Amino acid sequence: MIRYSLKRLLSLVLSLAIASVVIFAVIEVAPGDPASFMLGVNAQEDTLAALRAELGLDVSKAHRYLAWVTGMLSGDFGTSYTYRTPVAEMISDRLWVSLPLALFALALSTLIAFPAGIYAAARRGKAGDMAVMGATQLGVAIPNFWFAMMLVLIFAINLRWFGAGGFAGWDDGLWVGLHSLTLPAIALALPQAAILARVMRSALLDILGEDFMRTARAKGLSRRQALWRHGVRNAMIPVLTIIGLQFSFLLAGSIIIEQVFYLPGLGRLVFQAISSRDLIVVESVVMLLVFAVITVNFLVDLAYALVDPRLRSRT
Amino acid sequence: MRPNLKRSLVSGLALGATLLASQVWAKDDITVAMQLEPPHLDPTSAAAQAIDSVVYSNIFEGLTRFMGDGAIVPGLAESWEISEDGKTYTFKLHDGVTFHDGTTMDGEDVKFSLDRARGEDSANAQKALFAGIADVTVVDPLTVQVTLSEPNGNFLFNLAWGDAVIVAPESIENIKTAPVGTGAFKFSNWVQGDRIDLERNAEYWGAQPALAKATIKFISDPTAAFAAVMAEDVDVFSGFPAPENLPQFDADPRFQVLVGSTEGETILSTNNKQPPFDNVKVRQALAHAIDRQAIIDGAMFGYGTPIGTHFAPHNPAYVDLTGNSAHDPEKAKALLAEAGFPDGFETTLHLPPPSYARRGGEIIAAQLAAVGIKAEITNVEWAQWLETVFRGKNFGLTIVSHTEPMDIGIYARPEYYFQYDNKAFQDLMASLNETTDPAMRTEMLQKAQTVISEDYVNGYLFQLANLGVAKANVQGLWVNAPTAAIDLTGVSWAN
Repeated sequence: MIRYSLKRLLSLVLSLAIASVVIFAVIEVAPGDPASFMLGVNAQEDTLAALRAELGLDVSKAHRYLAWVTGMLSGDFGTSYTYRTPVAEMISDRLWVSLPLALFALALSTLIAFPAGIYAAARRGKAGDMAVMGATQLGVAIPNFWFAMMLVLIFAINLRWFGAGGFAGWDDGLWVGLHSLTLPAIALALPQAAILARVMRSALLDILGEDFMRTARAKGLSRRQALWRHGVRNAMIPVLTIIGLQFSFLLAGSIIIEQVFYLPGLGRLVFQAISSRDLIVVESVVMLLVFAVITVNFLVDLAYALVDPRLRSRT
Repeated sequence: MRPNLKRSLVSGLALGATLLASQVWAKDDITVAMQLEPPHLDPTSAAAQAIDSVVYSNIFEGLTRFMGDGAIVPGLAESWEISEDGKTYTFKLHDGVTFHDGTTMDGEDVKFSLDRARGEDSANAQKALFAGIADVTVVDPLTVQVTLSEPNGNFLFNLAWGDAVIVAPESIENIKTAPVGTGAFKFSNWVQGDRIDLERNAEYWGAQPALAKATIKFISDPTAAFAAVMAEDVDVFSGFPAPENLPQFDADPRFQVLVGSTEGETILSTNNKQPPFDNVKVRQALAHAIDRQAIIDGAMFGYGTPIGTHFAPHNPAYVDLTGNSAHDPEKAKALLAEAGFPDGFETTLHLPPPSYARRGGEIIAAQLAAVGIKAEITNVEWAQWLETVFRGKNFGLTIVSHTEPMDIGIYARPEYYFQYDNKAFQDLMASLNETTDPAMRTEMLQKAQTVISEDYVNGYLFQLANLGVAKANVQGLWVNAPTAAIDLTGVSWAN
């Protein structure tokens, strides 16, 4: 087990190192100079040079890469070119929006998907199953930005139950903050719920054909009891894997939803930073997301090994 | 029991009515939205217009200032005297002006600000505005003498720019995130990515603003902007990004639509050094191939004023030269044939992100194709545009709005990205700079407009409109945009 963990850890470190090189290279190669973007069309050559020196852009790329990586190792993500505030601070501010939003959306999607998936599996081939499958098909097909706009049209403009966007902050209490995240969370959650419900259903259907399910029925459990006690628990393995993947996606992939609801989250930060060539912010946020995904994968690998002894002996 | 109940009911109602009335009466906060978030809040070290939109006149003030109608009036300088030779300006400053941190604003701050802007390590995006200053002397705390190396008829105008506001050495270090100015509003809070909060400056030297609090929100997506106004999440949207939605707001009694002018001459910028555009016949053909009104209607939904030269139509010195480049495809074809391109030619068309460029570009490409010019469209981001087109001069055509006020002088800079090199024009601009007599200046400006129009330097399309939406009872907003600003000092709620 220890050898297995060490191997996984080594691959984690290697992945991060490779990712940092790739991220830096790809982002630095994009045309556009941060200084000239900031100073615009009337900037004089000496002014540009002064600003480049101030931003630390006058040294070689290799030098900047090393400074960036060693800075990150000591927890210093550098200072944003345009905002002139520490990148770490900006990221943590934005995480206070993106993380709760991702968790909120994940909770909603799970709450919708579990009952729907179980219900559909229990009524396999009947009208209820058809209805759930049809609805999830629709949920997977609808683009979430369009769905988001429909939500705004109905609940913000016509019914006026919610604001059309923006984030109220957590200072006025949990309820106020959650209220302003409700529409974006629903917009993010429904397509995810549709996927999750389908996975839940098919995982359950696989389980229902297993020998131990027949045994459970044979020892006198009703269909429903067998489904809940033995079926759902065993179906959780693929479902949890999907949930893990969805969480990474929700954290990093809500750029469009953040645009539609003008939420100050991580996605919008990256979007703004790319167009203003605030390279250090883009690099650091992307690196952080890579770190999050790789770490989650590492933990999942470890969890697999705990669950499945064959994995331990094989390596 | 019953009379009691009645009395409490009545008093309750009365209380409610008073509360309601006082609430209506006391409405002194406002939420204003704009599309782009400023990168930071120092107007003296960046070109981003979003910075000026937030801080100009609200937080920071200069010696002179723009009014909503474009007039230049005294700001922190109460009055000034100009010497006979036009080289020395003696400014008398307002007494009793303090910065938001309590320190006094005096001649030393003026000297500090001007010297900082023109200094060697200056990061000022408009450093050229200060290039003519030879010396700044503090005569006494309320008197500052500025000496120019040459007379400059534009000097008071230059000082009104957001890039020339007065800042204090005491607070300069954190100006980007915690700006300290002399304006009627103090900076209070910035939730990055979301909003900036301003509050009334009780110590303000001038008239107190009607608003006690203002929130400026940043909503970049046009659809989200529409939703935010419709849901009444914001009271004002300055620079509304979706002109196609304006008729709907106009028809809704809850809102008013503000259509004004900007300093933005939107042009089909042409690389005058790149063949075949070095041939004036080709540029003239280009000009006649373009149907301005179709572009204004198609790209801007009718908002925008046609221009025939690089000058703002609302300026008294403007000459209407649109006739020089009337839409005439047959003439364009004839001119192309004359220039040796009977079958047209191929070129590139770089389009930056604003909708005037992206939508307008598609229309222009189609109009050019009709006379045989095949323009290959490349969509670029601003950073890319600056690198390739503006600095690299590696382009054939591009569409851009030149938003700086009074910027016809760029045609006197042969190294400027469209590379127009005309000695006569450069001499004209040089003598304009030295002329202070208003009548003569007007005459020279009109001559300048005619020269570039008849040289077909660029394709002149339209003056960008300033589009805003506000709740019907908001008053005192700028309709025009002589400079980028959301000046809140005169804004209030009508009862």
